[in-house]
Amino acid sequence: MENVSHFLSLITFIPLLGALVILFINRECLETLRWVTIVTMLIDFVLSLFIYFGFDPSLESMQFVENYPWVKEWGISYKLGVDGISLFLVLLTTFLGPILVLASWKDITSRVKEFMICLLFLQVGMIGVFVSLDLFLFYVFWEIMLIPMYLLIGVWGNPARRLYAAIKFVLYTIVGSLLMLVGILVLYFMAGKSSGVYTFDLLKLYDYAVPLQAQFWLFLAFFLAFAIKVPMFPFHTWLPDAHTEAPTVGSVVLAAVLLKMGTYGFIRFAIPLFPNAAVDAVWWVCLLAVIGIIYGAWVAMVQEDVKRLVAFSSVSHLGFVMLGMFALNFQGVQGSIIQMINHGLSTGALFLIVGMVYERRHTRLIAEFGGLSKVMPLFAVFFMIFTLSSIGLPGLNGFVGEFLILLGSFKVEALTWYAVFACSGVIFAAVYMLWMFQRVMFGEVTNAKNLNLRDIDAREVAVLVPILIFVVWIGVYPNTFLKPMEPSVKNFIQHVEKKRAAVLALEKSETQTLPNAEKISLVYSGTDSVPRNEN
Amino acid sequence: MIPVPEINLGGVLPALIIGVAGLLATLLGLFIRKGAATVGAIIGFTGVLIALAANAPLRFMNTPAFSGMVSLDTFTWFFNLLILLSVGLTILISMKYLTDQVLDLYEYYAILLFSAVGMMFMVSGAHLLMIFVGLETLSIAVYVLTGILPKSSKASEASLKYLLLGAFSSGLFLYGAALLYGASGSLSLAGLAKYFQAGSINTMGLIGMGLLLVGFCFKVAVVPFHMWTPDVYDGAPSPITGFMSVGVKAAAFAAFLRVFFECFGSAQVTWSQILWILAVLTMILGNLAALVQSNIKRMLAYSSIAHAGYILVGMVAGTSKGAAGILYYLLAYIFTNLGAFAVVTLVGRKGEANISIDDYRGLGKSNPSLALAMSIFLFSLAGIPPTAGFIGKFTIFSAAIDSGYIWLVIIGVLTSAASVFYYFRIVMKMYMEAPEVEPECLKFSPSMALALSLTVLVVLYIGIFPTTYLNLATESVKTLF
Repeated sequence: MENVSHFLSLITFIPLLGALVILFINRECLETLRWVTIVTMLIDFVLSLFIYFGFDPSLESMQFVENYPWVKEWGISYKLGVDGISLFLVLLTTFLGPILVLASWKDITSRVKEFMICLLFLQVGMIGVFVSLDLFLFYVFWEIMLIPMYLLIGVWGNPARRLYAAIKFVLYTIVGSLLMLVGILVLYFMAGKSSGVYTFDLLKLYDYAVPLQAQFWLFLAFFLAFAIKVPMFPFHTWLPDAHTEAPTVGSVVLAAVLLKMGTYGFIRFAIPLFPNAAVDAVWWVCLLAVIGIIYGAWVAMVQEDVKRLVAFSSVSHLGFVMLGMFALNFQGVQGSIIQMINHGLSTGALFLIVGMVYERRHTRLIAEFGGLSKVMPLFAVFFMIFTLSSIGLPGLNGFVGEFLILLGSFKVEALTWYAVFACSGVIFAAVYMLWMFQRVMFGEVTNAKNLNLRDIDAREVAVLVPILIFVVWIGVYPNTFLKPMEPSVKNFIQHVEKKRAAVLALEKSETQTLPNAEKISLVYSGTDSVPRNEN
Repeated sequence: MIPVPEINLGGVLPALIIGVAGLLATLLGLFIRKGAATVGAIIGFTGVLIALAANAPLRFMNTPAFSGMVSLDTFTWFFNLLILLSVGLTILISMKYLTDQVLDLYEYYAILLFSAVGMMFMVSGAHLLMIFVGLETLSIAVYVLTGILPKSSKASEASLKYLLLGAFSSGLFLYGAALLYGASGSLSLAGLAKYFQAGSINTMGLIGMGLLLVGFCFKVAVVPFHMWTPDVYDGAPSPITGFMSVGVKAAAFAAFLRVFFECFGSAQVTWSQILWILAVLTMILGNLAALVQSNIKRMLAYSSIAHAGYILVGMVAGTSKGAAGILYYLLAYIFTNLGAFAVVTLVGRKGEANISIDDYRGLGKSNPSLALAMSIFLFSLAGIPPTAGFIGKFTIFSAAIDSGYIWLVIIGVLTSAASVFYYFRIVMKMYMEAPEVEPECLKFSPSMALALSLTVLVVLYIGIFPTTYLNLATESVKTLF
């Protein structure tokens, strides 16, 4: 590519710039701090729109690629790029940025300066994860985002158990990611030794056919890191704690973006790098996904705390994402990606809603509420729509994703029964969400404290409306979002199939002709006919 | 006529300058009534700066000098640099410390400088006796520094403990050297290398090698030779603890690397297995013991044991990559750990009254910049990007994987995950817990501010742009292989 655009770098590091500016603002000027942050986030969002409009939806390759050597001797590069899979995750992140600041406006009153810096740093880490195309760079961003999130939970969280939740979050994540680091290094050296070129460049590593046995172990290492992040059953136990104890904004980021880093990790790294192992793992990964769907729903049903209920609903929803992804066909994967966005929007919105109630009543126990729709009619409307979107009502976003996922998994013969059980998750979702909604919003106002709650104000409406627009948009006309990811998804599936076949063929030819000889070369090239868009 | 060996004073100039500066500090101290310590510090710091300049030519040398007693090469250059940096930073940190303790000790700086001279001869030593002389010079100076606080029984106890155990380990080292002499007839590293390459190593030689290993492991605090570390680190004045954890460690590892790669390189199979076990023990014990400490100096002592374990992983790897990783790791570790000890010194205040980790509660509110600096050091110790500590761990672990030690690395990363708990606990105390009494705003002295900002900047800079330093490390270990 002749003219390299630096849009992705800009988007990634503008929040950092904002954080630097904030560093020099007096901590007493709360309003200034908030305004600077929100303006930074808005600029970031507007810039990311340029990416969307500049994105060529007919290409399956990486676009807006930037590639500079970082540590040349080791083949570490600063390589960024987006394709149809990561595009919307980047947009989701930047889109939520200003909303998060707006939502924290009244919620966060202590240490506002530090809070805003954390938020901006978090943004850098999250966007970085979605755009990096170098395993080392990816790992750096992946870890960087840990610290602000840790502080977010630990400093501004719920006083009672925030420390416990914060350290639990960090330890879970770091055990997984450190093992992934070992996996990355092993992959790096294996690929380097067989091809002579030592590189962390993801696209080059895509073309390296990892031997079967190694694939299994490497997939396991990556799986652990991502599965903890998603989180999949049985690695989910950090999630309810982190969600419940985090401040509203923290929960929203956690649900909307951080969890997506796990699912994104599978689709960008674990599956395409180790397709054979991934295909072999379909049965147990999907099993865990379905267990997650049902278990999450059941546990959500009996929660007394609204926030915890939403947290467990996340476990259930992300089970769907995983199921669709490991169906490894067009509908499944596409549904899985769109469901990532959906979950980000609806669960994010639900956490915001819970936060609004909490701000007014300082409790989240369902039993404390009842009949809120009478006192807060406008609030009730928003709450209802997001609840329905989370359940997957046709016409709203949740339906599109779940439908595609179930369609995709039904098409795979081996997964039919999984899909059947997963379907029950949709029903359970209706049960726990609607039941909760009914207990909180409908009926008579039984608790005198709820009589005089004020309805949501203009700021809060401004927080929710943008999300609402997309919830309806995706529900009514999902093609805006499905079209641009089509080529990339197709490419992903083709890549997985081709590479898998290539590895199998290689292994076979080796065992037949050279039973005990050294493995000569396991490099094959040309996963796709169209040359990759690189400079 | 006795042939006069060729004397290459230029090569040992850095050590000489530091030695002269030490003498000067002692001498001037005698005549100045008040403020002798400050004068000592200034002389010392100036000496370090001049020595840094004098050290520069060493980078492009590769010659033995003084009849093969020292070797002047890039490896020496790199470690001289590390030692000078750690001495310089320690002086900066100590100025504030001595004022806080109301001590006017010019001897403090003189002895500090003498220990640095010992270190520099130890890292350049190409002869076991030279290494031993360097080792003893540095050890004796550090024994004294440990107990330099008057009227502190804790410090005296630490000093005595260190002396007794240190003397024992020096004895073992010397015994090992003697056995090696008996086996090979030479004490120079080149002669020993020849003997080991010849292949017919007898039991005496092996025992000698083992005893040398024990001697080094004692100095770098590897489990099970670590017993002295927590007590000594706890008892010594905070800046000296910092100095011990980086300077002594760097010097000892330098000699360790030189001896084991240059002489015993051909017997690597034998010793790398032992080191494998020691590395695992060290990483596990260091990190687990650090988990339960409530005194920050003891915690950092166990953490430094754990870090010795990570560095051993690089030795086990046994390649130039591993050795280069160790060099980079030590560079990162010097800045990180001295920075952390600068904060410990600052928070500790008079009489080191505040060295419990609970004293860090609320630091984020009362001293935001100090807390930020400490957090960066702790993240670097925990190996979280984009800090120098991360790149250090990354280089060492990648070298070990390259050599096929995957299990060792897995144990390494798991213990390192455990370490996150205790490092983050301090961060937690600083930002998330409220102190019982509102902590006062701590005053930085200019030297302390300089030391802290320097360490923070370097930790971040070499973490984000490590290329140059990695290349330097790679270049420096070339002579070993």
